[in-house]
Amino acid sequence: MTENNQHEEQGSAYGRFHRRVLEGKAVVFAVATTVAISIGGLAEIIPMFSASLGPERSEAVTPYTPLEVAGRDLYIREGCYTCHSQMVRPMRAELLRYGEWSRAWEYTYDRPFLLGSRRLGPDLQRVGGKYPDAWHYDHMEDPRALSPGSIMPAYDWMLTDRVEVADVTASIRALSTAGHPYDGDSEEWVRAEMERQGGEIVANLQSAGRETTWDTEIVAMIAYLQRLGVEGRQILQQQATASAPEAEASSTESAAAAQAGGGDR
Amino acid sequence: MESSSSSVSTATPVGVTPDYDDRIVKMFFTATVIWGIVGMLVGVIIALQLTFWQANLGPWLSFGRLRPLHTNAVIFAFAGNVCFTGIYHSMQRLLKTRMFNDTLSRIHFWGWQLIIVSAAVTLPLGMTQSKEYAELIWPIDVAITLVWVVFGINFFGTVARRKVQHLYVAIWFYMSFVITIAVLHIFNSLAIPATLFRSYPIYTGLTDALVQWWYGHNAVGFFLTTPFLGLMYYYLPRAAERPVYSYRLSIIHFWALVFLYIWAGPHHLLFSALPDWAQTLGMVFSIMLIAPSWGGMLNGLLTLRGAWDRVRTDPVLKMMVVAVSFYGMSTFEGPMMSIRAVNGLAHYTNWVIGHVHSGALGWVGMMSFGMLYWLVPRLYKRELWKPQWAEAHFWLATIGIVLYTVAMWAAGLMEGLQWRAINDAGQLANPIFLDITARLQPFLLLRVVGGSMYLVGAIMMGINFWKTVRGSDEAAQTPASVTA
Ligand code: HEC
Ligand code: HEM
Ligand code: HEM
Repeated sequence: MTENNQHEEQGSAYGRFHRRVLEGKAVVFAVATTVAISIGGLAEIIPMFSASLGPERSEAVTPYTPLEVAGRDLYIREGCYTCHSQMVRPMRAELLRYGEWSRAWEYTYDRPFLLGSRRLGPDLQRVGGKYPDAWHYDHMEDPRALSPGSIMPAYDWMLTDRVEVADVTASIRALSTAGHPYDGDSEEWVRAEMERQGGEIVANLQSAGRETTWDTEIVAMIAYLQRLGVEGRQILQQQATASAPEAEASSTESAAAAQAGGGDR
Repeated sequence: MESSSSSVSTATPVGVTPDYDDRIVKMFFTATVIWGIVGMLVGVIIALQLTFWQANLGPWLSFGRLRPLHTNAVIFAFAGNVCFTGIYHSMQRLLKTRMFNDTLSRIHFWGWQLIIVSAAVTLPLGMTQSKEYAELIWPIDVAITLVWVVFGINFFGTVARRKVQHLYVAIWFYMSFVITIAVLHIFNSLAIPATLFRSYPIYTGLTDALVQWWYGHNAVGFFLTTPFLGLMYYYLPRAAERPVYSYRLSIIHFWALVFLYIWAGPHHLLFSALPDWAQTLGMVFSIMLIAPSWGGMLNGLLTLRGAWDRVRTDPVLKMMVVAVSFYGMSTFEGPMMSIRAVNGLAHYTNWVIGHVHSGALGWVGMMSFGMLYWLVPRLYKRELWKPQWAEAHFWLATIGIVLYTVAMWAAGLMEGLQWRAINDAGQLANPIFLDITARLQPFLLLRVVGGSMYLVGAIMMGINFWKTVRGSDEAAQTPASVTA
């Protein structure tokens, strides 16, 4: 029945061609399909690796520190990206709400990318420096204590669970293989780095009355969140001051945005 | 079995019963129903979590970990098993031959179910690669590749030993599914392992994002669209007892669809820092996609010409008509949302979720249900236990979809407009994000209601099939009362 209909309708030339050459020879059909589905992908993905056509680059960006990598892995583990984007669009309201729009080079070491596709919560691309460490500590423990009515889940286990240095070392080694420049990849080096950066956060928390140690998950999480967008903002400011004498008027949106980013705090 | 399905069938010489492997079809069908209900149940739970945060239970059952479980369960477990059910059933009949190798069929089945079970364990444990619809950790990715190769060999082996010369249009669509998913999965999953449970992709930043959405959009295109179009081309004419409307249209829309779809990925990255040329390509090709998509819809709907009286009474046809209509709707909405200005409003909002589920619940879900209600009585040679439950299922699902999508469109528009609203002083009209979230609550609650109705319908279907199948054991000796 249904199949027979193909016999009835072969009046047209391409219909006959299709029937004889493609439908009759499965290999030809499969190859033709493979070609058809490959062209678009090749045409879009290959240029991404070229310097001129690919995403804009900057040499000034630095990779995430071991503690930040640990925090980022937790961000992935908990699926924070299912509610939070990390991509500020170049639109007036977004510049006012979040600050500078996202540049391509800011994601240089984002492996995997975490742009997100939903905003059940606010964008986090520029959250670094917005709140003190203790705010994040309390917010992760109980979001509603700081933001009444929030639908964000509590992550109180992060206050007690610990990050394994060996695990972070494995991540640093894989990322080094991928080409991220690190000064070391031994377990000692990773531990020293984590203790140094974690120690600063622990001290901040301590002065606000929260006791913890450098190897808790919450410390890694805070390290990652406080880093977000900070470096990008600095690089943009340097670029702006470098070009300010020549064209003060040209930095319209960016400058307004940089101020708006501050005003939102 | 085949020859009695319609008066115009000349498919199989009378008296010859081809030796088809229907056991594997029954296995995939059973898995479909079970995973479908599980996946939708998880959907209702995460919908609930967005209205009552208290529904986030411990680390393992919190929203961020369950949402990927929902998407993986409904796409790969429910939709995947439906496709395999329909493909294993229809391709043997279309090619007039048994599947190439029964052992490969079994490896495919059990391998796929094992992958699903490992997904259900690892995702709540927080083991994920975070790329949407490609979250599963690298060892599972390797397993998926192997199982897919097994499926591919079995598929092309069956094509090679076919007893008919020409490939029917459904087979074209199945073939594009087998080939494209392999290509997408392999290239999007390339990663450097750090531990057994963690890896980092070989791509970085926006390149990673582009590769992911090349994959993600085409997961929609080649997992939720082309195999289902193949199912439509086989089961809709069967159920309607009418030949496909136009053979020429099917040629044009097939090639245009598979060629254009691949380019459209960047519409997920509009207004990002992805290079402009890529964003423009994504937008232009997405808009063009409306043509082949509607070609498929029209070919489906026009196949029903002269059968509309039966559409009113037959739940199978009703479901298929609703499915094809929602396909038309979401493929109209999708190209609209790919227009930069529209996307600026829709992106990040519940509008996208409305779009997703008009395609997922409307097209994928209804097509699956319609096909199963047609297939199961024939597969088990038994009357459906309670036809009126199928009717009830139809209405529950249809009303459920409407409540779900309308609620999401309203919520999406509202939040999109309120996020961007600027007052006369040039300041944000709604500076506090949570204020806007709070106003969405009634709509999110309505979504829970709509989603629950849809789930209840699916559970009724499960019970109905269970009783139907059980009946077939008890009455094994009775001659089939259903003519296949
Ligand atoms: C169910 C969705 C959801 C998930 C999952 C989620 N959040 Fe949130 N998040 C929100 C919402 C809603 C807000 C705004 C209200 C508030 O401050 O709690 C928010 C606010 C925040 C803020 C403050 C942002 C600002 O600019 O004020 C931070 C930081 C944050 N979340 C981090 C995280 C991290 C880290 C995770 C993962 C461990 C996470 N969130 C998971 C919904 C979510
Ligand atoms: C009982 C029915 C269902 C309910 C209640 C439900 C609910 C949900 C919820 C609450 C989300 C998260 C939305 C958000 O992030 O705001 C979601 C996402 C999703 N669901 Fe469902 N769902 C159901 C059925 C299905 C089915 C049958 C499919 C597919 C065949 C599906 C596919 C998806 C996809 C692909 C997403 C991710 C969307 C995105 O990332 O934009 N759902 N669902
Ligand atoms: C011509 C066809 C289509 C086009 C051009 C299209 C376009 C789009 C666009 C523009 C988005 C929003 C991206 C964003 O802003 O975040 C989107 C999201 C989505 N669409 Fe479609 N769509 C089409 C058909 C479909 C169909 C039929 C389905 C389902 C079966 C579907 C499933 C999805 C899913 C799951 C997402 C969410 C992705 C995510 O963010 O996780 N689409 N689509």
